[in-house]
Amino acid sequence: MLISRKPSPFLWAYRAYVLAFFIFLAAPLVAAGTFAFNDSLFPALPWQGFTLDWFFNDTEPKLGMFHDRRLLRGLYYSFVIAGFVAALSVFVGTTNAFLFVRGDFPAKNALYILMIVPLVIPGVILGISILVLASDTANYLERTIDLELEFLRPGIFLVVLGQFSFVTTITSLVITARLKKFDASMEEAALNLGATRARVLRTITLPFLRPAMIAAGIVAFLVSFENFNTTLFLVGSEAPLTITMYDRMAKVGSTPVLNAVSFFLIIGSGALALISILVQRDKTDR
Amino acid sequence: MTITPAYDLECIDIAKSFGDFRAVKDVSFTIPSGSFFSILGPSGCGKTTLMRMIAGFETPSGGDIKIKGASVLGTPPNKRNVKMVFQHLALFPMMNVYENIAYGLRCKGVSNDEIKLKVQDVLERIALPDVGHREIHQLSGGQKQRIAIARCMVLDPDVLLLDEPLGALDLKLREAMKIELKLLQHQFNTTFIYITHDQSEALVMSDHVAIMNEGRFEQIGTPQELYHRPNTSFVASFVGDSNRWSGKVADSDGTGGKVRTEQGLDMAFSAAAGQTISTGSEVDIFVRPEFIRTIRENDPAAAISDGDNRMSGIVDSLLFNGANSRVLVRGWSGELIEADVILTGTDDLAPGEKVDLVWSPAQAMCFEKTGAA
Amino acid sequence: MQQKDIKRLTLYLLFAPFVLWIFLLILLPHIGMVILSLREKIAPRVYEFGLGNYIDFINEPIYWNTLLRTGSMSLLVTALALIIGFPIAYYIAKIAGNRSRGGLFLLCLIPLWVSDLIRAFGWILLLRETGVISTFLLSYGIIETPIEFLYNDAAVVVGLVYTVILFMIVPLVSTLDGMDNSMIEAGYNLGGNSFTVMRRIIIPYAMPGIVSGCIVVFMLTAGSYLTPILLGGKNSSWFTEQIYDQFITRFNWESGAAFGFLLLAFTSIVIWLGLKLSGQTLANTVAKS
Repeated sequence: MLISRKPSPFLWAYRAYVLAFFIFLAAPLVAAGTFAFNDSLFPALPWQGFTLDWFFNDTEPKLGMFHDRRLLRGLYYSFVIAGFVAALSVFVGTTNAFLFVRGDFPAKNALYILMIVPLVIPGVILGISILVLASDTANYLERTIDLELEFLRPGIFLVVLGQFSFVTTITSLVITARLKKFDASMEEAALNLGATRARVLRTITLPFLRPAMIAAGIVAFLVSFENFNTTLFLVGSEAPLTITMYDRMAKVGSTPVLNAVSFFLIIGSGALALISILVQRDKTDR
Repeated sequence: MTITPAYDLECIDIAKSFGDFRAVKDVSFTIPSGSFFSILGPSGCGKTTLMRMIAGFETPSGGDIKIKGASVLGTPPNKRNVKMVFQHLALFPMMNVYENIAYGLRCKGVSNDEIKLKVQDVLERIALPDVGHREIHQLSGGQKQRIAIARCMVLDPDVLLLDEPLGALDLKLREAMKIELKLLQHQFNTTFIYITHDQSEALVMSDHVAIMNEGRFEQIGTPQELYHRPNTSFVASFVGDSNRWSGKVADSDGTGGKVRTEQGLDMAFSAAAGQTISTGSEVDIFVRPEFIRTIRENDPAAAISDGDNRMSGIVDSLLFNGANSRVLVRGWSGELIEADVILTGTDDLAPGEKVDLVWSPAQAMCFEKTGAA
Repeated sequence: MQQKDIKRLTLYLLFAPFVLWIFLLILLPHIGMVILSLREKIAPRVYEFGLGNYIDFINEPIYWNTLLRTGSMSLLVTALALIIGFPIAYYIAKIAGNRSRGGLFLLCLIPLWVSDLIRAFGWILLLRETGVISTFLLSYGIIETPIEFLYNDAAVVVGLVYTVILFMIVPLVSTLDGMDNSMIEAGYNLGGNSFTVMRRIIIPYAMPGIVSGCIVVFMLTAGSYLTPILLGGKNSSWFTEQIYDQFITRFNWESGAAFGFLLLAFTSIVIWLGLKLSGQTLANTVAKS
């Protein structure tokens, strides 16, 4: 409507372009998902008929993803890691939001920039730098006081820390944006009605932040779940799903069971993303 | 017989500074029980700061605040029995109406049964008995207003503070809410302190009004006193409309005399209540439009008393607004003067006509100029 | 006063997680990485400080060629993402009707967090010799023999643009959405044509979104690992691959750390230049998206 009032050839061409873009957007995902249902040993045409074997079959060579122990283990570790990352990053994101919206301290702007920086550091570098520090610390402690700290060696703990290090920037930004919208007179009103500070926080401020905290938590969970670059350097024997899938792809080549996992992840992450959007679009927003 | 009057609220030399800026300067006043008291002033005059000190959100830099005779300076805001209706109401959007009203009672630890009774009771008193289950965003502007008041009144406060709560409403609703607020105050019989920059809100509703300017109270009085007998030129110009002239007193006996205005016009005046004005002082003169009669030049029917001020001019334009219509007259020295007229639709004044403006010296309120005013 | 003490204590408590996070997980590790990169291995278990790792980098053309290649291809991908993405974002924010706008935006947001791995996997299935496109063209007789579309630079660029473009579109839609339509209408009303309105009104307004999208996209591209390897094959020569190689395969952490620092410095300089040239700051671009 801002280009022209009646559908001109230009507008039709524009629409065709937008349509082409969305086809481009969907094509690889559709390809990755669809071959999960092809009754063939290879994720390729021709179509051999519909099957759910790649999800539920329990015998080789068509071992379904829900019977593939290594994939299931990867899925489990992914859930554990993503759960920890989401919980931690939402907690720190919330304290950061209060710090930067309510707090008053010197160098606030510089520190705020510092909070954003992890988002523009390549994930690979976050991975190696944390690996280096953790290993150096572990080696040093082992050498000097003969203390072996297993959690400083590559493994779940380091993976969680590595992902947490940049996911927290995302959660902080989401929750800060919401807290900025908060009408401070609401807290004063609650105080005025006789509530204690703790009660105001529990009954007024946190409920107001809840949609942002949930949305930030979901995004943190998704980012953690799909993360590869940072995880690659920090992973130990407990490999999360993306690493397991990559290994499978590199060693076995593409098999339809990977399509099954892809389908599962596309649907799962799409649904979670949808929930996070719906949660944030709350009706009580003024 | 009472020897000392019962005051719900006393402020004694209350002051507040933010750094070098003195927002409130040694304000003292008392409010008798059960009255509707307004603080009227332009934005930035310190009225909101004053109210936040009464509510406990700011600590005064000096002076004392007493509620029902006891100082509340050491009492935190959540322990004061002074409730407040916020400018944007600050109803809690994550709770329904019932929970909003019950909030304060729950903080006090009142039992659920009693909360139920009290909430229902207060909802009936504000004539909204059935809205308890509604969400805040489902209410109309006027309903929100009443819920915000009910949320405070259910706690039986000693004083209710209202911070320009009508500001966000549209004109029609605002007019209706003025009357409603007054009725609610009568019904609850609690002291209301109403903060506003809108003079019509203050004049219509209040028993007493304090005019605040630059951190000070200029005058406290009934609406009529403020309008007809302002103490300062600020009050005269802030409350109601007026035409204003500046000039020098040519001749005075202390309570009245003659002024020569800057435009070179001679004008008879009477000094405002309690002021003496001596010859030679610089003064401001205010004349309200409703006290200026507009008569056609050489109209034989017009009766003019001897001492009246009279000046001639040409009608510049008519400002038609029904019963509140006005005429803008350009005086011979170029200034524009506003006067109320009754426009009947036939044989009215028309732009370009020569007219005389007439007003009595008693209606020419005169104030000595202070500093830069 | 007691209330002041409580306020101060609260501030410290809020500071604690922030400081632990930024100091222990961001600052300290990067300092450690820089120190490690300055350590030269002279003999097994014998080290000394020096710029040896960086000198190795300069002396070995393969290394710096890879970094330059990564950088230039990342810039290309960023430019392509902007050129392809801006019209889409503009359509969603300004041209689509009220109903379709939300739907289209949702279509962009939902696949936002799908893993790089799955995206690359999808492209492999489409582009390889036995893939969907080749088979399709073959069956319609357009080509005679199967074609391998994979393992070339074009495939890498397509895959990278695909992976990052949503991170360009989403901030752009948010920015353009906040723009009052009457501003554009006023532009036309005052006599501007489509081109001047675009150049003088829309693009300056969308600048924070454009810069924000470009920064994130550039950073994601330069730091990507999976897409170049999977779509470019063994010879994709992406710099992150070199880092992985040094760290994991050769176990030469010193030179890996040097490479890491070089990549960080390189991306930081490009981002800094971008911010300077566009007159934006990190706080009003990335922080808003």
